[in-house]
Amino acid sequence: MTGALLAIVSAIFFPGIILRVKSIAGGRKGPGILQPWKNIFLLFRKSSVFSTTTSFVFRLAPAVYFATICCALMLLPFPGIPSVMGFEGDFILFAYLLALGKLLFILGAMDTGSSFEGMGANREALYSMLTEPAFFILFGTLALLSGHLSMQDIFSHFQFAGEFSLITGAIAIYLLVQIAMIENSRMPVDDPKTHLELTMVHEVMILDYSGVDLALIQTGTNLKFVLYGGLIANFFMPVNTYWLSATAAVHSSPFTVQMLAVLVNALIFLVVQAVFSAAIGLMESFRARKKLAKNPQFIVTLSSIALIGFILVLLLTRNLIR
Amino acid sequence: MFTLPELIFATSLTMFKVNPFIVPLDDIPVLDYPEFRDKVNDLMADEGCHCVTYHAVPLGAALRFFCCIASDHEKKLILLSHEQKASPLPVLDSLTLSHISFHMFEREIREQYGVEFTGHPWMKPVRSHNLDGGCIMQDTGMSPPSSRILHPYSFYSIEGEGVHEVGVGPIHAGIIEPGYFRFSCNGEKVLHLEIQLGFQHRGIEKLFVEKQSGIQRAILAESIAGDTAVGHSVAHAQLMETLSGITPSPALQCERIIALELERIAVHIGDSAALCTDIAYQFGQVVNEALRTIVINTTQSWCGNRFGKGLVRTGGSHYPLIEGIAGMLLSNLKEVEERYALITHEMFTNPSVLSRFEGIGKVSAHQAGMIGAVGMASRSSGVKRDIRWSHPFQAFSKYSYEPVTLHQGDVWARAMLRKLEVEKSMQIIRDLLGGCEFENRHVPVYDFSLPASSFILSLAEGWRGEIMQSAVTGEKGNIIHYKVKDPSFHNWMALAVAVRNQEISDFPLCNKSYNLSYCGFDL
Repeated sequence: MTGALLAIVSAIFFPGIILRVKSIAGGRKGPGILQPWKNIFLLFRKSSVFSTTTSFVFRLAPAVYFATICCALMLLPFPGIPSVMGFEGDFILFAYLLALGKLLFILGAMDTGSSFEGMGANREALYSMLTEPAFFILFGTLALLSGHLSMQDIFSHFQFAGEFSLITGAIAIYLLVQIAMIENSRMPVDDPKTHLELTMVHEVMILDYSGVDLALIQTGTNLKFVLYGGLIANFFMPVNTYWLSATAAVHSSPFTVQMLAVLVNALIFLVVQAVFSAAIGLMESFRARKKLAKNPQFIVTLSSIALIGFILVLLLTRNLIR
Repeated sequence: MFTLPELIFATSLTMFKVNPFIVPLDDIPVLDYPEFRDKVNDLMADEGCHCVTYHAVPLGAALRFFCCIASDHEKKLILLSHEQKASPLPVLDSLTLSHISFHMFEREIREQYGVEFTGHPWMKPVRSHNLDGGCIMQDTGMSPPSSRILHPYSFYSIEGEGVHEVGVGPIHAGIIEPGYFRFSCNGEKVLHLEIQLGFQHRGIEKLFVEKQSGIQRAILAESIAGDTAVGHSVAHAQLMETLSGITPSPALQCERIIALELERIAVHIGDSAALCTDIAYQFGQVVNEALRTIVINTTQSWCGNRFGKGLVRTGGSHYPLIEGIAGMLLSNLKEVEERYALITHEMFTNPSVLSRFEGIGKVSAHQAGMIGAVGMASRSSGVKRDIRWSHPFQAFSKYSYEPVTLHQGDVWARAMLRKLEVEKSMQIIRDLLGGCEFENRHVPVYDFSLPASSFILSLAEGWRGEIMQSAVTGEKGNIIHYKVKDPSFHNWMALAVAVRNQEISDFPLCNKSYNLSYCGFDL
């Protein structure tokens, strides 16, 4: 539960920090941290306009998209406190919940009959499809290394500072950052700022949405970002309270120690999210986006990196060579 | 500079070595159409020649056709003319079959006067896309026969599995002018692009004839294309001056060229920013935008308008370049030059930027030559074509300018050409400021007495390329016909060629790399 709550809290600042970092990198002052949410609340107060060519699929898509992301949020682990719906193999549900939302979203875009949205949907489907192996190989690796299948247990037993988990952790963080960028249609595969319909991926798919629906989509997208940020944060949070016990616990009750651990972890969670968003802002400021044709190639490299990590872990855990 | 034009009559051709040139209508030999066609074919066989204009002027009961061909290397302008009866509407053999670059001119003549060109492969209207009577017909006062109204116009279509069409526009997101683009794509690959413009047709040429006062015409010239206010004004001012026999003082000539080059610098830097925007390279975008602001603000401090409107006037200037302004100009330019050198170094060494620029939207020198591309579009494809060099005007007649050319013809070349031209322009401004005595206190002239029955043609190299303005005066010395040609008139075709077999997502980048004018084309 704590994971989901903290993720929602960080979602409040996440888009604002990206925007602000990009503004400062561009030599501007930039809007307030809460500006993206002010825009979304403005949209929530407006009604939606629907094209006459669309069917119920188009109207259903934003709600499903938002709902799936909320469900996925319920699976977000947090050290010491179980996630709401965690179970063995929940990362598969996690991935396919997000995929379900995306599927509806793609259908909704196709539903408009616009050639732009068709192109955008086509590109988004391709990228999601190519990202999937990277995600599963990564979680397979982590499961193998930790010997557990639920995200909660994987991260609980995954010690970042452990013997061989350091390199696996580095690979995992790199992959999760890149997957988050692709899944959220950010640079280098997509440019959220562009006004050019022909180069858009995600933006073109939401062109026909307005009012509440658009607000739902944007809220969902912001939550999706912190969802991945939350997974990354889990690599950095001290799993157990040993080091706290060693120092503070001497004079405190076990409950106080646990509270302290949660507080420290929560703080780290928020800091990681802030660093993640700032890093996105910086990454988007000083490089150009990729040529569209090069994107699949780039995404496939993620799978190969995941595979390297997997083989590495196989070797290290002596599953491959005994 | 503007003494009597040097007329050379050689085998019924009229050749001019000055720009602008004026010639009495009676002195232009009128050829038979077959003879005209042969002469054009002879001249155009030389790759260094391109058609500056080919348009018709109604003179009494006849249609008089003027074709001006510029030879880049021999640095001369050749004027050819033929005459046809206006009624019944003439039917001529198309020149497009032998020279593709004529296709737009012939389409325009057909649209304006109803002249048929047999064998023309693509007789599509140029501007009147609605074609419920046509917008141009209104200008010329001629009603078109219903047979040549294409409504609805069917775009080229390619059929096959996986081939689909994408229509963009005419209203675009962002700050783009209206224009319609129809892509035939195979997946992400563009097989063919058809461009339809004309949405901003305002009847500029007609207004030039209607408006009698010099100041109205000067303002009109500034409004032909908002981003080329100085370029078009220079072309117009020198046309009116040559027509009325005014010789601008050397200081005035220098001022105009400085304004023209300032405009070039500002737009080129602005385009560098826009290219960065299109590839989502924020750093390049914001730095270049900031630099452009310095340049246009310099123009504003000089004449009160950031785009140089009101600066170029016939016979004089309201805003002489006094010493204080010259000093500010130099110091601002120095700052811009240093910072622009830094940011372009960043841009052209950043791998992610280079991978988006290199090899995208290639137009070969051969293609550019066939299209008749002018200005930047030709120079970035390795065709050396620059009015400042081949047909020097104003202060350029005493300044030996050597144009920059790049042979790659891709987006990189067009971006790099901008950088190199900015450097060149800065050098021009410094040289002119150093070499001219700025004591110009002439006030503009707005009342002219114009010679009767004359043809005049003026060329200027705006930042986009060759700007042509031409006028014909009537028996009473009034302007009876005015013709404007923005470089975009030739170069839109280059864009259509550039995106062929490219990804559709690279179209915006190719489009921006040319940055052609919609309103300059639409007139």
